[in-house]
Amino acid sequence: MTETLHNPVLPGPGQDTEKKLKATRDAYGEALLELGKKRSDIVALDADLSGSTKTCKFAKAFPDRFFNMGIAEQDMIGTAAGLALTGKVPFASTFAVFETGRAWDQIRLTVCYSNTNVKLVATHGGITVGEDGASHQALEDIALMRALPNMNVIVPADAAETTSVINAIADYKGPVYVRLGRAKIPYVMPDDYKFTLGKAFVFHIGKDANIIAAGIMVDIAKKAAEILSKEGIDTGVINMSTIKPLDEETVLSAAGSSGFIVTAEEHSIIGGLGGAVCELLSERCPVRVKRVGMKDIFGCSGSPDELLKYHGITVENLIKEVKTSLKK
Amino acid sequence: MSVIAKGKTRDIRELKNIAGNVRINILHMLTKAGSGHTGGSLSAVDVAVAIYFSKMAFDPKNPLWEKRDRFIMSKGHAAPLIYAIMAEAGYFPKETIETLRKIESPLQGHPCCRTLPGIEVSTGSLGQGLSVANGMALGLKLDDNPARVYCIMGDGEIQEGQIWEAAMTAAHYKIDNICGVVDNNGLQIDGPVEKVMGIEPIHDKWASFGWHVIDIDGHNMEEILAALNESESVKGKPSVIIANTTKGKGVSFFENKVEYHGVAPSQEEFEKAVKEINND
Ligand SMILES: Cc1ncc(C[n+]2csc(CCOP(=O)(O)OP(=O)(O)O)c2C)c(N)n1
Ligand SMILES: [Mg+2]
Repeated sequence: MTETLHNPVLPGPGQDTEKKLKATRDAYGEALLELGKKRSDIVALDADLSGSTKTCKFAKAFPDRFFNMGIAEQDMIGTAAGLALTGKVPFASTFAVFETGRAWDQIRLTVCYSNTNVKLVATHGGITVGEDGASHQALEDIALMRALPNMNVIVPADAAETTSVINAIADYKGPVYVRLGRAKIPYVMPDDYKFTLGKAFVFHIGKDANIIAAGIMVDIAKKAAEILSKEGIDTGVINMSTIKPLDEETVLSAAGSSGFIVTAEEHSIIGGLGGAVCELLSERCPVRVKRVGMKDIFGCSGSPDELLKYHGITVENLIKEVKTSLKK
Repeated sequence: MSVIAKGKTRDIRELKNIAGNVRINILHMLTKAGSGHTGGSLSAVDVAVAIYFSKMAFDPKNPLWEKRDRFIMSKGHAAPLIYAIMAEAGYFPKETIETLRKIESPLQGHPCCRTLPGIEVSTGSLGQGLSVANGMALGLKLDDNPARVYCIMGDGEIQEGQIWEAAMTAAHYKIDNICGVVDNNGLQIDGPVEKVMGIEPIHDKWASFGWHVIDIDGHNMEEILAALNESESVKGKPSVIIANTTKGKGVSFFENKVEYHGVAPSQEEFEKAVKEINND
């Protein structure tokens, strides 16, 4: 089973691919292990998927601070809340579908309403889960988490940003949801970049169009913008890795510059990044917004790159969407 | 350093007195509020009073005191009970109970840990307290903190699957610093528990999940104290007390009445009830 996105996320032919690819979940496993070495208050929980979420690394190094909860996500969230209430900083991980869907009421009551210092780090977000199919592809998790008061929602764009995110949230007090992916993806962020909660990273603000993207879509957006700009359409790209709280100033300045926004996410176009951007702009700066993502449908089995193509989450389609929207 | 103000009362008569006051205050705040859960607040009074006033270490002036024992009302609709106990213990002035369920009151309809220090975690959605209690107990163990965690559940509440997930967890991780209580009053909202969704044999269920199970009359102070002591002495596994109780206990016209699950007393009922409790 392939774990690599060949097209269109992978770098072009002739590039040194292997070194430039890493799954965000792998970065998480390593970052959590390093955190565990530095801080004895870090604990981790998993629901029988520690090999996939990569919390296994932490588990092996710190068996006393790791709790495998079995296939019991609701209990995992409650237990994490309890650990947080005794001053621990629990990282609770499983697949995004189960973390946010199966245990939503538990997250609502004992994490968000109780405002406990729980870090929900879910892997296998989006359709790039691939062959396992729709039951395992979280396309609504951001919507579910975004609707909860006190919750912060983060979708890192590459492995390096993931490391930075994990360190940042360990120092932040309060509920956080981090959505990670299964597939190996390219590095897109500059080497000296450091994540700040609530702060978007602006690659460029375009005069004609601006693509606000998160997760794997940042890479796709960058490639689309490059081609569009060569064709004379000045297209900006923003990595909106914190979806909540949304970096409103950056969204507003992009909307003000181009008067037209495209959002790109590996998530339903309902309730995720696109939804968040539309909510803000319709109140503060009503401009046209084209939402690219999953069009209110479930995923299906296939290889990750086949699925991205199948659902129109590609560089080509992003270019097409920008052009047709600009004509309107 | 904090010392326990009111805890560790062993005198049965005094505990019974406190329980009487707590019952009256529950009814008082419910009558003032005009809504809320009467039956399930009254049934758990004796166990909760014994836990707070004879077992737990706590400091009302420093609710987050690290060495405190923890209490979680998993059946959050019994909020009036925990509020009456906290008022009795001195967490807040007695008058505050009159703000129950009113706008901006720290006494929310179901317990909220952000508005009322001393509430360990917010509850109200049933089935979640035992998991949180486990997490706390594990955290305390990691810190070599000898504090214990108490968690009261409803008998209807244990129909929730998460309770049994948590039951497995407590046994698996040998969480012996936890004491669960099932307020076995036989009723839930839609009728008798055994008719709605049978949970018997309760004792065997918990035992087969690896718990030390203690069955008692949940209104007999001597039995309650003995059970709490026994639970403390059990090592290597969690304990649960099956407290056989009467829903609405203490007020004859509320007792065993399914319709008084979520109905507050009228002023007239309140006055009659106080007379009964005082004469008891
Ligand atoms: C998850 C959830 N489902 C439903 C309810 C509504 N509800 C409140 S109390 C109750 C019955 C509880 O029965 P039991 O646990 O036996 O409590 P008691 O008899 O002690 O009041 C129900 C269904 C709830 N609070 N939480
Ligand atoms: Mg009951």
